[in-house]
Amino acid sequence: MGSRFFQLGDYVILKPEILLTMFGLAILIFDLWLDKPRKYWNAIMALVGVAFATLQVLLFWQTALAHPGFTPYAAFDGRFTLDFFAIYLQLIILAATAIVILVSIKYLDIEEEHDGEYYALLLLAAVGMMALASGTDLIVLFVGLEVMALSEYVLTGYLRRSRRSNEAAVKFFLLGAFSSGLLLFGMSLLYGIGGSTKLSVISERLAERPVGDPLSWIALITLLAGLYFKIAAVPFHQWTPDAYEGAPTSITAFLSVGPKVASFALFLRLLLDCLWPLRQEWQAMTIGVAVATLTLGNLAAITQTNIKRFFGYSTISHVGYLLLGVVALGNGAAGRDGLTAIFIYLMVYAFMNLGAFGVIIMLRRKNIIGDDMDDFAGLMSRAPVPAILMVIFLLSLAGIPPTAGFIGKYYIFLSLIATEHYALAVVAVAYAVVALYYYFRIVALMFMKQARDTVPLASGLGLRVALAVTLSLTLIIGIYPQPFIAMAQQAMRPFFS
Amino acid sequence: MTFLHEHILSVVLFTPLAGMIPLLFIPAEKKNVIRWWGNLVMFAGFLVSLPLVFWFSSAPATEGLFKFVEKTPWIPAIGASYHLGIDGISLLLIMLTTVLGFLAVLSSWSAIQGRVKEYYAMFLLLQAAMLGVFMSLDLFLFYVFWEVMLVPMYFIIGVWGGPRKLYAAIKFFLFTLAGSVLMLLGILTLYFRYHSDTGQYTFNYVRLMAHASAWPLDLQIWVFAAFAISFAIKVPMFPFHTWLPDAHVEAPTAGSVLLAGVLLKMGTYGFIRFSLPLLPRASADPAVVRVMVTLSIIAIIYGALVSMMQRDMKKLIAYSSVSHLGFCTLGIFSLNPQGLSGSVIQQINHGISTGALFLIVGLIYERRHTREIRELGGLSSVMPVYATLFMIVMLSSIGLPLLNGFIGEFTILQGAFEANWHWAAWAVVGIVLGAAYMLWLYQRTMFGPCDNPKNQVLKDLNFREIMTLVPLVIWAFWIGLYPKPFFRVLNQPVEAIVKEVHPNFFKPTPTSAVLTPRMARPAPPAIQPRRSNQEAATRRH
Repeated sequence: MGSRFFQLGDYVILKPEILLTMFGLAILIFDLWLDKPRKYWNAIMALVGVAFATLQVLLFWQTALAHPGFTPYAAFDGRFTLDFFAIYLQLIILAATAIVILVSIKYLDIEEEHDGEYYALLLLAAVGMMALASGTDLIVLFVGLEVMALSEYVLTGYLRRSRRSNEAAVKFFLLGAFSSGLLLFGMSLLYGIGGSTKLSVISERLAERPVGDPLSWIALITLLAGLYFKIAAVPFHQWTPDAYEGAPTSITAFLSVGPKVASFALFLRLLLDCLWPLRQEWQAMTIGVAVATLTLGNLAAITQTNIKRFFGYSTISHVGYLLLGVVALGNGAAGRDGLTAIFIYLMVYAFMNLGAFGVIIMLRRKNIIGDDMDDFAGLMSRAPVPAILMVIFLLSLAGIPPTAGFIGKYYIFLSLIATEHYALAVVAVAYAVVALYYYFRIVALMFMKQARDTVPLASGLGLRVALAVTLSLTLIIGIYPQPFIAMAQQAMRPFFS
Repeated sequence: MTFLHEHILSVVLFTPLAGMIPLLFIPAEKKNVIRWWGNLVMFAGFLVSLPLVFWFSSAPATEGLFKFVEKTPWIPAIGASYHLGIDGISLLLIMLTTVLGFLAVLSSWSAIQGRVKEYYAMFLLLQAAMLGVFMSLDLFLFYVFWEVMLVPMYFIIGVWGGPRKLYAAIKFFLFTLAGSVLMLLGILTLYFRYHSDTGQYTFNYVRLMAHASAWPLDLQIWVFAAFAISFAIKVPMFPFHTWLPDAHVEAPTAGSVLLAGVLLKMGTYGFIRFSLPLLPRASADPAVVRVMVTLSIIAIIYGALVSMMQRDMKKLIAYSSVSHLGFCTLGIFSLNPQGLSGSVIQQINHGISTGALFLIVGLIYERRHTREIRELGGLSSVMPVYATLFMIVMLSSIGLPLLNGFIGEFTILQGAFEANWHWAAWAVVGIVLGAAYMLWLYQRTMFGPCDNPKNQVLKDLNFREIMTLVPLVIWAFWIGLYPKPFFRVLNQPVEAIVKEVHPNFFKPTPTSAVLTPRMARPAPPAIQPRRSNQEAATRRH
């Protein structure tokens, strides 16, 4: 057993993570030599690191595709698995990290907090998130989760001189630590059941236990509670709006996408590889949570006046849709579309949400906080391009074709109909109408109201590139989704072939 | 030429979109350049749609009854394709769209002064989406166009609308969206049902329809409900009509013209194209028919009564649309050839006459900045050309013989009478009331003394304004005097739908054998309602 830990192949599949860590540490050192106006070199280095890691992950994807009989590579005695599922989600995570780096450059200049640690922490968070996508062992998953979470706490409180930022970080940290504790408690029970930390072993032991076994139930409930916390599902969502409002806007963008994708990776990995024998139980619980999440997220978003809080609730409503995919998945093989739906939705959501945040970041200017909804008033008359981009992102968030968001919602509805959850499908579409109402409040402000100030919007090369990338992906996935659907279906292969 | 032959529908569909791209590069200050360009593109859109008419009878029907079919895989992973094709019903509605689209844009030349560039861009986008709805033979593609259309209309109402534009715009969007997402669930249900029966995923309308008789009745009823709510909101049928007066009153003139002229037809088109053929057993179910017909009759009478009480010209016409569209849905659910073809003809008629009425209201609003009926009066003395055109359009709307409205309403009544004479009797009440409120409106605005000094200085129509109305007047006379070509293109598709819904309808039993050839020919019975209708009109004078 011990000797397997020294196989070279095991370390080869960790190459992206190792690269990111090295770049993160290098940034910390080189930052010492950079004077204030040259801090953007940190961002460039971080981008190079992400680019290398992405190339490596793409290479894995290519190699796996080239071998039709590809079996997932289980490194470290099956504790770390590189399958299409992991690669697909890692790609989304890396893309999201890159976009966040791009939108941060200008923003940090304006906040006058441009330092290397920011980028180093982003890269380390990405390492944690990638481990969540590919870990198949409770210890690996928990370490990955904590690496991600600790970086997030620090980044949320990154604006040292801002009270709101500090407050958000403390709240986020306390609730996050609590949820990690819950999760860890559930994991310890699973270890007790399985006698191993490997998900596959635990799954076998769980299947052997009788139906309605109390120990399995307690393990399941605590584990799910911890997971619902991480993905911000109702009733464990309270930290979201507070953390989103207080965090630096670029980090809000990051929080709303990266950790969301990674937490769903963890969630799905546990459900599919470990808790699969209990799928009826977790499906029943998830139905209630999903409906509650949709209801609260959508209804609370209507009354928000702060744009970052607004997006906090909007994120919660998107989590509700993703959970409906999980519900469909609970039907077993018939619910395989549920998994495709979640994959597509996560990808689509990452790009459209980051795009919207790109526009929000443009509103932050010297001496203008720009996170009030009214800051959007009259945007069309003074900055037509960002206004039109925002309309497209909002249409996509609301799920109107021909944008990417429609394909995501479409797949969620499809999976519900395929598994004959008709009542849930009606609830889901009803909230799509509510969602349009609150997203279009911003559109109405931009196009039909008078501007509040005339200070030009913040802009920069990084922001422009980020917006161009997110916009084109939002439109391309909407108009020609074929290759992206094919990728998502490929990512499903480890579980349903 | 062969390219044009094979891809004529794509050319018609993408002309407005292709024209939109250069428009975006014209500087916003050059308003007249933008206006010229917008009008030229819309006119080009009309010109490229003309070959459809000339080639229609000679073109081969390649898929079912559909002609000019184009089909390319789009998203093979879910079985959606770029699949276009038209039959006689879609042909008429497409021509209505290209004509009204051009006239609506032409009418906005001087009415729109702010944000001209965005205005024309929105109309071009709207035009493409509307055309796409009438051409799609793939349910996924259809849904995409159906939804896309909402976005430009939202902006047209919301940016260039009246005082309560924000409310009206979002109300319009939410109502329609609520219906259409339900329709999406209906589409998905059919899609999965087809898959579990045949093992294939497809959104292909023709293939789904071939399978339609196999769907069990309870499934059909549920899916029918999902589709019907969506279409009923769009039509709008009672009690889903409340968005319509708001949207119409607040929308700019051109927006109202397209809203009434084309957008409402999408609901009735949806019933004819999707509900009836895809869900024939549900559509013929007596309970379903009873509900739909009752709602139609309520809409006819309620719409007319509410119209009579209006003080605002535009609101009056908006409510009259509810009444007229009630006739269209009544015709559809008569489920016989007369009712259905009458309904399609009446949809075209409504597009012509109500489109023209909105243009007429727009013309007076541009001059007087009010639409209050009591502010006007005696205008026929200062604006004789205007009054004449208004008179023709008004008579066409109330269904005077020799004009288009008569043909449509008469054929619908014939169909309704054949299905159940009570229905026809109720509908006649609507015709009488219709004559009453329109003639009363005309009398109050055009006749009497012109004593308001603001009205005494009004200018009559200029050449451009006359030209926006003349094509519609010509078309109204054409349908009124010689409707045969219109009925001819409708014959086949309507028969196919009736066969789908009532498989035994055309079996040689004595009654139905006599009925079919009589379709286009006006016959004595309906003179009855007509006479009472004119009596009512005379009494008003």
